[in-house]
Amino acid sequence: MNRDIVVFALRGLTANKLRSGLTTLGILIGVAAVILLVAVGNGSALQIQENIARLGSNTLTVRPSTTGGGPGGGGGPGGFAGARGGGGAGQQQATGPRVQAKDLTVEDAAALQDRSAAPSVKSASPVVTAQSATSAHEGASHPVGQFVGSVPTYLEATDRTVDSGAAFTQADVDQGRKVVVIGRTVVDNLFGTVDPLGKQITVNGVPFTVVGVLKEKGSSGIQDSDDIAIAPVTAVRQSLTGFGGIDQIVVQATGTDTTESAGAEVTQILNQRHGITPGGTADFTVQDQAALQETVSESSRTFTVLLGAVAAISLLVGGIGITNIMLVSVTERTREIGIRKAIGAPRRAILGQFLTEATVLSLLGGLGGVVAGIIGSRFTIAGVDPVIVPESIALAVGVSVGIGLFFGGYPASRAAALRPIEALRHE
Amino acid sequence: MTAPVLDVRDVTKVYGQGDTSVYALRGVSLQVHRGDYVAFMGTSGSGKSTLMNILGCLDVPTAGRYLLDGTDVGTLTEGQLAVLRNRRLGFVFQSFNLIPRMSALGNVELPLAYGGVGTSERRRRAQAALRMVGIGDRGRHEPNELSGGQQQRVAIARALVTAPALLLADEPTGNLDTGSTADVLAIIDRLNAQGRTVVLITHESDVGARAKRVIKLVDGRIVADQRNAPLDGPPPALLVDGSVPR
Repeated sequence: MNRDIVVFALRGLTANKLRSGLTTLGILIGVAAVILLVAVGNGSALQIQENIARLGSNTLTVRPSTTGGGPGGGGGPGGFAGARGGGGAGQQQATGPRVQAKDLTVEDAAALQDRSAAPSVKSASPVVTAQSATSAHEGASHPVGQFVGSVPTYLEATDRTVDSGAAFTQADVDQGRKVVVIGRTVVDNLFGTVDPLGKQITVNGVPFTVVGVLKEKGSSGIQDSDDIAIAPVTAVRQSLTGFGGIDQIVVQATGTDTTESAGAEVTQILNQRHGITPGGTADFTVQDQAALQETVSESSRTFTVLLGAVAAISLLVGGIGITNIMLVSVTERTREIGIRKAIGAPRRAILGQFLTEATVLSLLGGLGGVVAGIIGSRFTIAGVDPVIVPESIALAVGVSVGIGLFFGGYPASRAAALRPIEALRHE
Repeated sequence: MTAPVLDVRDVTKVYGQGDTSVYALRGVSLQVHRGDYVAFMGTSGSGKSTLMNILGCLDVPTAGRYLLDGTDVGTLTEGQLAVLRNRRLGFVFQSFNLIPRMSALGNVELPLAYGGVGTSERRRRAQAALRMVGIGDRGRHEPNELSGGQQQRVAIARALVTAPALLLADEPTGNLDTGSTADVLAIIDRLNAQGRTVVLITHESDVGARAKRVIKLVDGRIVADQRNAPLDGPPPALLVDGSVPR
């Protein structure tokens, strides 16, 4: 008998194929939207996290603070060329007893490497950034996005590896040799397909020898991570930036769980070196990548929830569509219901028939939506590669079946409760 | 003597409330025994259809009791009523009331499906019922592919397929031409001759003449109750024809 009820329901649906199809489409779009939008939100969250991870793991960035305000936003290590220490020195703060602000120096970076004073610090790399560095090679020229002067530990701290050739050494730094490792974008623009190793490039007229090519990191959204050149800090200061304060110190902690203590140690050492009294305003800021990552993850979660909520509304609208169609169907077939009851159909058979119709509609729509959502998520949407959250599929299908039962329940129970004679009289 | 198949006791039916209320039945009492062939006659508005709907458990009386095979219908639950309609009653409507877009065989199988009969058994009985009404070859056709007479035969087959003791027919020939009317009435006569209790409604006197007992209704009251043939014998029409009941 239960099988018969399912057969009756399917017959009822196929009797009106266009209507059933359109109703299914409503649910399909809703479910597909939930899956796809949640996937887009999730994908962009993962992308942002990846970008932040690309900036370097377990690292802290120390920057001179000219305003005494909070940590500067955006940008990666070495990409914050605007905040040069020299210009801001001597600025007075309205609050707090602040003495003359001091630049960050290479000596500061060296002091942070003290094993006993800063046991959580693995390395501290001084960073200078040359502004508007234009590189050239045999007539080809390319403005390098980031021209960084640093030490070998900088590569490890910022999660960069050398693809071909070798990184410059501490000896290169000590002797101020004009050697450089360059990113893929710079290679492509200056050399094309030619092997750049051993070739000379000029940067703002100063010749540098290419010793290594960095492994590709890809774009980090705002800036191209591969549009970079890294040279010994001594050479860059001599030839390009001069001997003012350095732009940042990239500190790598010994592990993920030691970044916080490393931050405290760095602050303490620099406070001491810069003569900052307790309660005074520091002339530098220490920025923690992990903390930044957490903040961004949180906001991207909110974003995902928001997208999901919008999609859920369309699912609800689809559900109301099912209710509407089932109500129409019940009204249209009132007489048929009367006939069925007159020949002895029990209440639950009528209820079952219409509930099954509604559930089949929403289930078909739900499964179709899953397929559409999965197919849709294979495409890049607004620059984001959607990553499907498995729970969203289960949720969307569950909700769509629930919608069938819930929204189909009212018309079905109305049909089942009809008195046979009233149903039969209905025209 | 066993309990009457139908035992109606002072049944009234009122439609509407207060000033606009309309009395369809004003205290009807009657008994119908097994094997009888009763025709209700009356003009439009005499309450015969209302009575029929109450007898068929499609409607409930405003007051009074109705016993079917000794069971008080008023005390039954919705579920029990459904079983009753399914097993004990066969209802034939004036407008056939077949389910559209469902084959004749499917329509006849329907009561068995609701009665929980298995698929193969169902098919066998439905085909037998269709053969009995003479359209065994039309099982695959949908109602809109059948003539009025054929549709009414399908409806009769559907009413009979569960082998109910009582066949109720509400103006079964009202929508049929003369030829089909004769065929359908002959089928009903034969069913009564086989021992089934038949109650039908008609406003044509020649249809009424085929019954063993004719009851006239006027304004919701029984005004005449006339027996034309003995309860135990065959229906009068078959005697006139001289044909022997099977």
